[in-house]
Amino acid sequence: MNLALADIRHNLARFLMTSVGLGLLMGVALAMVGIYQGVVSEALALSRSMRADLWVVESGTRGPFAESSRIPGDVREIVARLPGVVASGGITLQTVEAASTRGPLRVQIIGFEPGRPGGPQAVEAGRLLGGSRYEIIADARARLPLGSTIGIGNDLYTVVGTTRGLVASGGDPLIFMSLKDSQAIQFQLAPPAARRAIAAGGGSGGTDTVNAVIARLADGADADKVATLTTRWKHLSALTDAEQSDLLTRSVVNRARVQLGIFTVVLLFVSAVIIALIIYTMTMDKLREIATLKLIGATDGTIIGLVLQQALILGGTGFVSGVALVFLVRDGFPRTVELGPEEIAFMALVTTGICILGSLLSIRAALRIDPQQALGG
Amino acid sequence: MSKPLVDLANISKTFGTGDTVVRALDNVSLSVGAGEVVGLKGPSGSGKSTLLNVVACILAPDSGRFEIDGEAIWDGSYRISDLRRLRRERIGFIFQFHNLLPFLDAVDNVALAMTLAGTERTAARKRARELLDYLQVGKRADAMPSRLSGGEAQRVAIARALANRPRIILADEPTAALDSERARVVMDLLRQVAVEQSAAVLVVTHDEKIFDRFDRMVSLRDGRIESAT
Ligand SMILES: Nc1ncnc2c1ncn2[C@@H]1O[C@H](COP(=O)(O)OP(=O)(O)OP(=O)(O)O)[C@@H](O)[C@H]1O
Ligand SMILES: [Mg+2]
Repeated sequence: MNLALADIRHNLARFLMTSVGLGLLMGVALAMVGIYQGVVSEALALSRSMRADLWVVESGTRGPFAESSRIPGDVREIVARLPGVVASGGITLQTVEAASTRGPLRVQIIGFEPGRPGGPQAVEAGRLLGGSRYEIIADARARLPLGSTIGIGNDLYTVVGTTRGLVASGGDPLIFMSLKDSQAIQFQLAPPAARRAIAAGGGSGGTDTVNAVIARLADGADADKVATLTTRWKHLSALTDAEQSDLLTRSVVNRARVQLGIFTVVLLFVSAVIIALIIYTMTMDKLREIATLKLIGATDGTIIGLVLQQALILGGTGFVSGVALVFLVRDGFPRTVELGPEEIAFMALVTTGICILGSLLSIRAALRIDPQQALGG
Repeated sequence: MSKPLVDLANISKTFGTGDTVVRALDNVSLSVGAGEVVGLKGPSGSGKSTLLNVVACILAPDSGRFEIDGEAIWDGSYRISDLRRLRRERIGFIFQFHNLLPFLDAVDNVALAMTLAGTERTAARKRARELLDYLQVGKRADAMPSRLSGGEAQRVAIARALANRPRIILADEPTAALDSERARVVMDLLRQVAVEQSAAVLVVTHDEKIFDRFDRMVSLRDGRIESAT
């Protein structure tokens, strides 16, 4: 007979309640880990979806995500002619408050030239952009159904396609539109002084301005080598996709990541303390039983086994209910909760560790129980 | 008579200090031989339970010495390191308060004592049922202790104490909650175990109805042996 299980069965209702309570805590800790992973993958979602091998940006900047970068639109022709480049396209990037039927909606607009790199690879519903203006592809997170319209700048745009999982590093949904439209919006939304300068043909070089030109390279082309080539033009510099990803995870979302990381650690620490306390209470509630076990000659191993197994069973049920909880509510979360088998396995390992550590104190106390404590009424 | 199984010499035990000091055992010498069933009586607080606890190595005496089965157990300090093994294998203790584990049913409470001593589980449960049957609580075998009456719980505890066929049986008022008919069954069983296993049986009792069941009665008062018959 397994003493740990027998005792749990004897106090089943209480045990289950404790487990579920612990499950809530573990659920929050798991969600933190999931959001942490989500932030990293969201940060990379955009750059991954563009399948860019090279980002050509304004020299001296590390744009377009980390810093603002503005270059003339015709740079794509320069880039297109670089050896190793098979396709190139200019893109714009700007965060705007759009007017949807449900009120203001914060989105990140990506302007690209349909047929050139920069747009989504595929849509979940609807179609990709054609040549017409005032059409957009919106990510599911914007909750804009096909055919609906939103106002950006002075114009109304119609949703012709939707994507899933394409969000900006801050979590804002992405909206794709043609480069022309996005440039018009950039002009409309620019401050009046800048607008006058642009209209006069001076300033930052006319209305055909993009934030970056992205390039796809031929198989086997050396991205670093092509990147160095761009520095021949004084106003340009280039980032490889690896550098861009690094930048996105290290610097753009670093603060959010560190914050979440600290929260996760704090939560795990709190969980550890709570688990330790629960196990301690569970053990002390069995003081008399443990003393009796010693009276009838149970070894220390039996008693350690009892405490440790209960700790692990508690941690296990708490963990499972935590995972269940996260999967139950994660679609309602405002940010991606990315909890894959790896994260779950990692957390299971952490929980096991916490349970073992948490039971050390109780094991020590249990081994110190005097068998005499079982005597008397 | 051959060498006694339990042999206590000048055992003393005090509790507390200063004004509250209690001399629970005062120079107690007592031996119980193999096959012998000895009764221990005396008023409440006279030291009966304390004496059993000393023999069971639950309580260390202050002075004196004692042997179990010819092996020195205590003479100023314990002479053996694994007291729990001694309890598990050689001593059956029927506690004054039955001390069953609340989360195991009656059979498992009895079987546990055997599995702790290394008996395989199925065999342990089989013997546990037999013992419970003999003690007339067989039909309560699957009940949890909280559902047992005082007398039933006491008999389950007796079965547990006898499960490992110990050579030394210590019983603290084993018949207190039993009617005279069942008290007799218990005393008969203890007698039978004493004979068949040539065990030494030491029983604390207030129950005058069973005084005639003992080979001899030892009477304690204020921690001292008053008379032995
Ligand atoms: N752990 C203890 N701490 C302090 N005093 C104790 C302790 N155990 C027993 N005593 C005292 O020692 C004396 C003997 O106690 P003991 O339990 O041996 O008596 P008893 O003969 O078994 O009594 P009863 O018939 O009521 O069970 C009592 O005065 C009791 O108060
Ligand atoms: Mg007593």
